[in-house]
Formats: sequence, C-alpha cells, structure tokens
Amino acid sequence: MSARRTSADETWEGGYRPYDLVKEFVIALVVVGMLTVALAGVFSSPDKRAVTIAQWSRADPIDFATTALAELDGTSTTATYGPPYNATPGAGQKIGPISLQRLAGVRIPIDTARDFVLAPLGSLASDQPALGRALSVYQQATDAQRQHWTDAYAKALAHAKFRNGVLTVPGGDYGPVEPILARLVAFARGGGLDGALVTHSQFYATDYTKPLLFMADSTYLQGLAQQEHLLGGQWGMTNETGNFPGQSWLWLYTFWYQISPFKTSTNADALIWAIMAILTLALILVPFIPGIRSIPRRLPLYRLIWRDYYRSVEHQPGSTTGA
Amino acid sequence: MTVTAGGSEKRSWTAAVRRAGLRVLPPEKLLPDEQPVYVASWVYVFGVLTVAALIIVIGSGVVLALKGPAWWHVSSVGLFLNSVHLWSVELFFFFMVVHLWAKFFMAAWRGRRAMTWVTGAVAFVVSIGAAFTGYLSQQNFASQWVASQAKDGLNSVGIGAFFNVLDFGQMFTWHVVLLPLGIVAVVLAHVLLVRKHGVVPPFPARDSGTAVSGDAMGERDGR
Amino acid sequence: MGGVDIILAVGLNGSPYYVHWGWFQISAANLAVIVLMLLVFVLAIAVPFPGRRR
Repeated sequence: MSARRTSADETWEGGYRPYDLVKEFVIALVVVGMLTVALAGVFSSPDKRAVTIAQWSRADPIDFATTALAELDGTSTTATYGPPYNATPGAGQKIGPISLQRLAGVRIPIDTARDFVLAPLGSLASDQPALGRALSVYQQATDAQRQHWTDAYAKALAHAKFRNGVLTVPGGDYGPVEPILARLVAFARGGGLDGALVTHSQFYATDYTKPLLFMADSTYLQGLAQQEHLLGGQWGMTNETGNFPGQSWLWLYTFWYQISPFKTSTNADALIWAIMAILTLALILVPFIPGIRSIPRRLPLYRLIWRDYYRSVEHQPGSTTGA
Repeated sequence: MTVTAGGSEKRSWTAAVRRAGLRVLPPEKLLPDEQPVYVASWVYVFGVLTVAALIIVIGSGVVLALKGPAWWHVSSVGLFLNSVHLWSVELFFFFMVVHLWAKFFMAAWRGRRAMTWVTGAVAFVVSIGAAFTGYLSQQNFASQWVASQAKDGLNSVGIGAFFNVLDFGQMFTWHVVLLPLGIVAVVLAHVLLVRKHGVVPPFPARDSGTAVSGDAMGERDGR
Repeated sequence: MGGVDIILAVGLNGSPYYVHWGWFQISAANLAVIVLMLLVFVLAIAVPFPGRRR
C-alpha cells in the first residue's frame, strides 16, 4: 500500500549540471559585504546614551526620593520581587501549580534597604557625623518604629519640593529617615551613588545588577522608554530607538502580551515563556508533526519553485526519464 | 585504498575517524562541482547569503573585540564598525528567514533530511540568543532597557537566577565567546548535512514518469 | 567615513514613525523590512533563473 517513499525523496537519480560552489560563496560574500558597508555608511547605528542615577536624580529628585524610600521600607518592585533577588513569601510566577521561579531560589540576593540606601551611605558616615548618627538610630530602631517613620515620609513626599539642591517636605515625625534620604539624594546627584552601587565590594566592576534594579523601580526609565515605543504594551520588544529596524522576529513573543488573559495576568511572563518554548520546539520538530509537515505538499507554491523541472518532465508524456 | 599491515589499522582511532569521514562525506560530496538540474531558482541562494552575512557579523565582531566594548561610543571608525555589525545581523536574519520560508514550502526535510531542518531551526533560535546578548552588550540606553525588561521573563521561569541579564560581564562573554561558538557549530553541522544528503529533490511530478526513477515508484498515499 | 555617518544617520535617529491598527502597532522601519522580505521572497521565486543548459 504505502511503499517506502523515501527513496524517491532521498536520492536524485536524474541529471546534473556544472556548478561552482566556491565561486558562488565568494560572490555571496562580496555582495553581502558591499551591501552591509553601504547600509552602515548610509544609516549608521543607534547609540542612545545610557542613563545614570545621577541623571535620574537630577532630572526628577522627587521621583528618586520616592523610589529610594520604597527601597528602604521594602515596598519597591525589587524588594517584593521574590526569587532570584529575595524570598518574599508568595512571590514568584507559576505555570499551573509549578513555580520555576521559586524552584531556582534566591541566587542573586538583594536587600534593597541595605544595598541601595544604607550601605552606600555607610561609606560616607565616617566623615559625616550627623549622617552616622541618623544611620545608627535607624539601624537600632524596631520594625514598627521604622514603619512609622517611612509611612509618614511617604505621605509627605507627595507634597515635597526641591529647591536650591535641597529636598523639603512638610513638617512631621520622620525620625532619621528624612536626613538619610536627603543625604542619598545629594549623593546621587553628585554622581557618587552610581559608583557606590557597582563597586561595593571591589574595584573592578562588570555587574550592574544593583543600579539597574534601582532605576527600573522608578518611572523615569519607563518614561524614556515610552517615548521610544519600547514598552510592552507598545510591542516594545520588536522595536529599536529612533527609526532603526528592530527585532521583528520577536513578533510572536510580544504578541501574547497584547491579548487577554496575558495582558492582565500576574503569571504572564511564565505562561508566555511556556507557550513560546512549546512553539519553538514545534518549529524545530516540524518534520515530525503530522499535518504541519504536509502543508507544503498541499500548497502549489512548490510547483512555482520547481517549474522548470516540472515543465521538462510533464510535457513529455510517456517519457520515463526527464532532464 | 592502501592496505596496511596487521591489526594496527583496526585499532587506530585516527584511521577509523578518517574512514568514517570519507564514507559520509567523500571529497566529491563535500565540494561538488555539479548540482541537480532542478536547482534552478533564485530562492536557492538564500542559504549561502545567510552564511555570508554570518561571516561579516563575526568579522566585524572580531574587529570590535580588538578595541573592546567601549570603543564604538568614542570613535567614528568604531561607530562605523558597530553599524557594519548591526546591519550584517539584520541581513543575516533577513536572509535566514527567507531561506526558512523557502525550505518550508519545499518540505526540505523529506528523504531523511529531518536533521537538516532541525539544525537549521536550532541555528535560528541560538542566533536570537546571540542577538539578544548583543543588545545587552552595547552599554547604552537600549541595553539598560532591554535588560530591565528581559529579566522578568527569564526570572519567571527560573533561568534568570543563573543567566543574569543585568550582569554586563556575563552577557558580554556569552555574546563574544559562547554563543558564536554555538552558532558556528550548529551552522557547520547544518551545512555538512546538506552536503551529505544533497539538495532535496522536488515533489514527484504529476502523471508519474518522473526523472527520479530508481527503485520504488515513490507512490504517495492519498496524493 | 565618520562624517558621512553623522550627516546621513540623522535620518534614522529622529523621532520614530509608527503604524497603528487598533491594539496592533509596528514601527515603519520594521514594516518596511517585513514587506521587503516578502517582496524578495516572491521575486526570488518568480524571477527566472538563468542558465538552463541541460
């Protein structure tokens, strides 16, 4: 019934013609080389300068202070992220009942209060007694006391003003939190915080986890990204700054984020990764998937591609040998 | 074939590897100077165009590596080379996807060529990874944004705990060392498989009497 | 070389153009690339291949 049809597909028993593989390759290399140089010369490449914490805190000191307070009181996105940064109870996305995020564990430990606020300021304390005292009061206070101060300050920040390099809030009982944040703002604006976050333990730095997490917790980076259509809801994954072509091959990955239920799901990232993993595997395994692998045979496109061959073979009725 | 004395030939790993290599890819298969007559369409050039683009990508990457990752921000020659690197990547994906479309509509996995398709698709996926780490290596706003966004996807499935997109050092070494090696290995396997199996023949012509005579008639169920 | 880059590169570094259809949006640049890919694919199949010697 179904004869083993692979022999017809496997080996070509028909005619050949001369062909120069190496010459074709060299021509391709030269053509692509010239095309690339032309595109590079005409269009160049984008290089929007990286944003520093100094820049952020100078552009929007109140947003900076608000974010810094959230890092201090543990309410920021990073502070409540869960693995791999910390062990926030209940945090971590799930695919069905499984949380791969939690299974991976806390491998990049970040204590936002210590790493983003207290430790960088600690390096200044020896030269600034008032700061040293504020830090020590904060560190010795109870959780409840700290919460009282940070809650009060958070409300006050809504009415904060920044004038002449000084952050001022309406009067209230903020304890050491007010001087701590004021010093942090000044430290950031002066450029010291960028370095302190990266070279905390050693001179040489290649790991930007801390400053990037800190900035990502704010709305500043997001605002800049929105102008360039780089946000998730703007299909940002496929885009590049300016008018440069981006990564259109990520269209399917970002597509899922645009539709329900993923648009509003807290497990969107994990679920979409699962979907894309399955689809990627499907792409790789096309030859083994019935239905999908028969599509080319059912469409007449192949007859266009091989029209010369079919013309030579099919217009000679009774012929058993073609070209 | 030279006849060697005794059992040394049988025990020699080198000779065994050489024999296996020659069996699978004799020189006339590895570097043929003829091709089947049905290879007569411009659509067939996209594979070699993809490889050519990859060579430009790697070449421009090598030059960028000579001066390090900060160079292109401060030098116009460096910026030009960065542009060559970017546009050769765009061309690489452009040609690769057209090549993929063509191979799909030809069902090029037929005739025991499944691994050719598989290695090609894997090359596509690994290339996306390489391009991704490339964006992270730029040390500009795009890198910052891409890193801060991508971390959420990777963290959500546990990968982020081991592959930290915010760690420039790690992303840079993946981009410059690990992923290029991976791509070259997969592309090499892919190209050697094409040489081994040859370019896939057309679907059988109508009314049989095909030029693909040979043993079985190649009868297809339900066609 | 560098001078040419800067002069002509202004073209792609300006404010971006985007095309919107409801919840779908795509950059003009990406759309151009995709259209070009489809065009090239069609042309590659349609344009006769020279050298049909047998």
